[in-house]
Amino acid sequence: MSADRVVPRIGVYVCHCGVNIAQTVDVEALAEYASTLPGVVVARDYTYMCSDPGQHLIRQDIAEYRLNRVVVAACSPRMHEPTFRGAVFGAGMNPYLFEMCNIREHCSWVHADREAATAKARDLMRSAVARARLLEELDDRFAPVKRAVMVVGGGIAGIQAALDIAEAGYKVYLVEKGPSIGGHMAQLDKTFPTLDCSACILTPKMVEVSRHPNVELLTLSEVEAVDGFVGNFKVTLLVRPRFVDTAACTACGDCAKVCPQRIPNEFDLGLSTRTAIYQPFPQAVPAAFVRNAQDCLGSLPLACGKCIQACEKKCIDFDQQEERRQLEVGAIVVATGMDAFDAGASPEFGYGKYEDVLTGLEFERLVSAGGPTGGRIVRISDFEPPKDIVFIHCVGSRDRAIGNEYCSRVCCMFIIKQAHLARERLPNAKVTCWYMDIRAYGKGFEEFYDRVRDEGVVFRRGKPSEVFRRKGRLVVRVDDTLLGSVIEQETDMVVLGTGLVPSDGAARLAQTLKLSLSADRFFLEAHPKLRPVDTNIEGVYLAGCCQGPKDIPDTVAQARGAASAAVALLNRGQVRVEPVVAEVREDACSACHICETLCPYSALAFDSAKGVMTVNPALCKGCGVCPSACPSGAITMRHFTGQQLEAQVDALLEVSVES
Amino acid sequence: MNAFVPRIVGFACNWCTYAGADLAGTTRVKYPPELRLIRVLCSGRLDPDLVLRAFQDGADGVFVGGCHFGDCHYQSGNYKAFKRVVLLRGLLVGLGVEPERLHLEWVSASEGQKFAQAVTAFTDKVRELGPLGLAGRRL
Repeated sequence: MSADRVVPRIGVYVCHCGVNIAQTVDVEALAEYASTLPGVVVARDYTYMCSDPGQHLIRQDIAEYRLNRVVVAACSPRMHEPTFRGAVFGAGMNPYLFEMCNIREHCSWVHADREAATAKARDLMRSAVARARLLEELDDRFAPVKRAVMVVGGGIAGIQAALDIAEAGYKVYLVEKGPSIGGHMAQLDKTFPTLDCSACILTPKMVEVSRHPNVELLTLSEVEAVDGFVGNFKVTLLVRPRFVDTAACTACGDCAKVCPQRIPNEFDLGLSTRTAIYQPFPQAVPAAFVRNAQDCLGSLPLACGKCIQACEKKCIDFDQQEERRQLEVGAIVVATGMDAFDAGASPEFGYGKYEDVLTGLEFERLVSAGGPTGGRIVRISDFEPPKDIVFIHCVGSRDRAIGNEYCSRVCCMFIIKQAHLARERLPNAKVTCWYMDIRAYGKGFEEFYDRVRDEGVVFRRGKPSEVFRRKGRLVVRVDDTLLGSVIEQETDMVVLGTGLVPSDGAARLAQTLKLSLSADRFFLEAHPKLRPVDTNIEGVYLAGCCQGPKDIPDTVAQARGAASAAVALLNRGQVRVEPVVAEVREDACSACHICETLCPYSALAFDSAKGVMTVNPALCKGCGVCPSACPSGAITMRHFTGQQLEAQVDALLEVSVES
Repeated sequence: MNAFVPRIVGFACNWCTYAGADLAGTTRVKYPPELRLIRVLCSGRLDPDLVLRAFQDGADGVFVGGCHFGDCHYQSGNYKAFKRVVLLRGLLVGLGVEPERLHLEWVSASEGQKFAQAVTAFTDKVRELGPLGLAGRRL
């Protein structure tokens, strides 16, 4: 039942979008113009087409005027096409007979001249109506949803999302590239503003997720390739060898005792050392040790191999190889977190040059009871407790010069907490925080800031320009913007409130998953207000700092949001697959195979019985690379047919449309 | 003084450039109003016939926007668009048409500003080249 033989009866609806469109485009004139276009039976304008009365208007007209096409001129189809498709479907019309004309994002919001904007809107309207005339009915296809989810990243976001999905009864693959889950939260001593012990609230969750019967923990694993679509993703993981049998290892530590190697310990940011075979940190999950092949001397008896002899249970196997593993999942939660800004990229603060200039995370390890000094705050240069500590806010954040224009959101409170810990451990030390603005916006934040001020921490406004050494002491040069004078403050230790940047590897994962990044290089959500956990790829959700800097409560909240989005998808059991696929006209195909070589999904194959190419609609994703290359014009791309696109071009340029 | 208003047709892929153009709107970046954009799912949908048809219909310039290399939603459609644009430019030269009238730009979903800049620069370029005047003529 091809709809193109039916005489088109088009209804056109021009949205004011309050004043968003109406103030720049003459919406009444546009609707009147639309009513003169061939095929248009009724044209109206209305304040908010997406509202209930707006949608009702469309449904009413479909019944009254027996419309068989609807065009809405409003915002971007990326915004409200699904809304209006639903509206026309509710009135019994095939949703693919609906067309949207973008006169907001592409017109009223980007042009100032009302006349020029209205002229452009007229052209866009003509094009949309011309396309609508040629739209064809299409039937949605449905595909079953795999009852499993992959969560990428084993920090608090990934752990929480995995737990929620597992509790809902679905299989979860929790993929972590490091040897242990826990993420950055495991490195923290206390959390602001409540001063909860970070390990005390995190480690039980780490254990819980690893023991959950629905969760399979895959450490030392990275996503190498992702294929498929919502509900049916095929994932290839690269699993690197641990060289230790995870199930058998009891973490007794006998192997590490005999290892002769001493390597800077990443967990303590190099403030302590570890062996080549090691446990990332005492509460690591899985608890099993891991051998770093680059750090190891090797297993030849002449070289070393001491750990193999020391392990009574014979858990160590130097011959383990990296493996590839295939997963089939219905949804993916990305929770790849963040890294701390590399303080070396702001050389004016002397990081890497002076031992007693530390990053915030390094200071955190110093104050941590489980850290390299057992929680004693000492200068790295002489192991003496500092009498004066200066904290510098906004290092690597709110700084155009280094390309990070954004506020990292957590550092103000992170520093205030550290200043509190410094005063607590060293009651006689003078603690100064140099800030640009204090951002204490969360629950209990302002109260905590007040408390720390009352404790004697000095807050001064100004961004230091330089840290240097004079006569053995560190000097912070800063323009005090409240006093209006440049100050040189001598101190014993400088702590840089380093901001957050996307985690290493996020950009590559974005390419693998075809996700977009925002200008700050964090993952881009589908809509900044209304779809903060969705992405431009259906079935892929975001949780935690990978989407933008956030504190632990916000991270957990978003993780639970992403988990419930994934669970809702899996509960549905099936997904709608757009019927936008290619089709071969058998009488026109000359079997040249050009399309076959171009198709990235191997959706085109030669049918030797018929002597023509055929499309496998389950594999076709509708990109349209084949019809635009077919020399015989034998391939039709549904919903983006050559005829439809030609009609759009013709109409835009006012070439009269022959019917 | 200069009464020439160029007519520019654009083809934008749904995932990157069209979304980038949406972002230009959301952030209210201003650019000249001559471009009229047609949405396709992928820049690989760009049929060379469509470009020639636009010129034949009276367009003074054709703008093509796709994802950056490596970012294509359909793996490699943008590479195919790139090849086609190179070939088409050669064809345009043969027809006596300035190849700069066909412009290709990679704009990601987060590059609203870049989209506006690219459209502004291209519109200025076409204005400078002047009317093409192929409307109605057979190529």
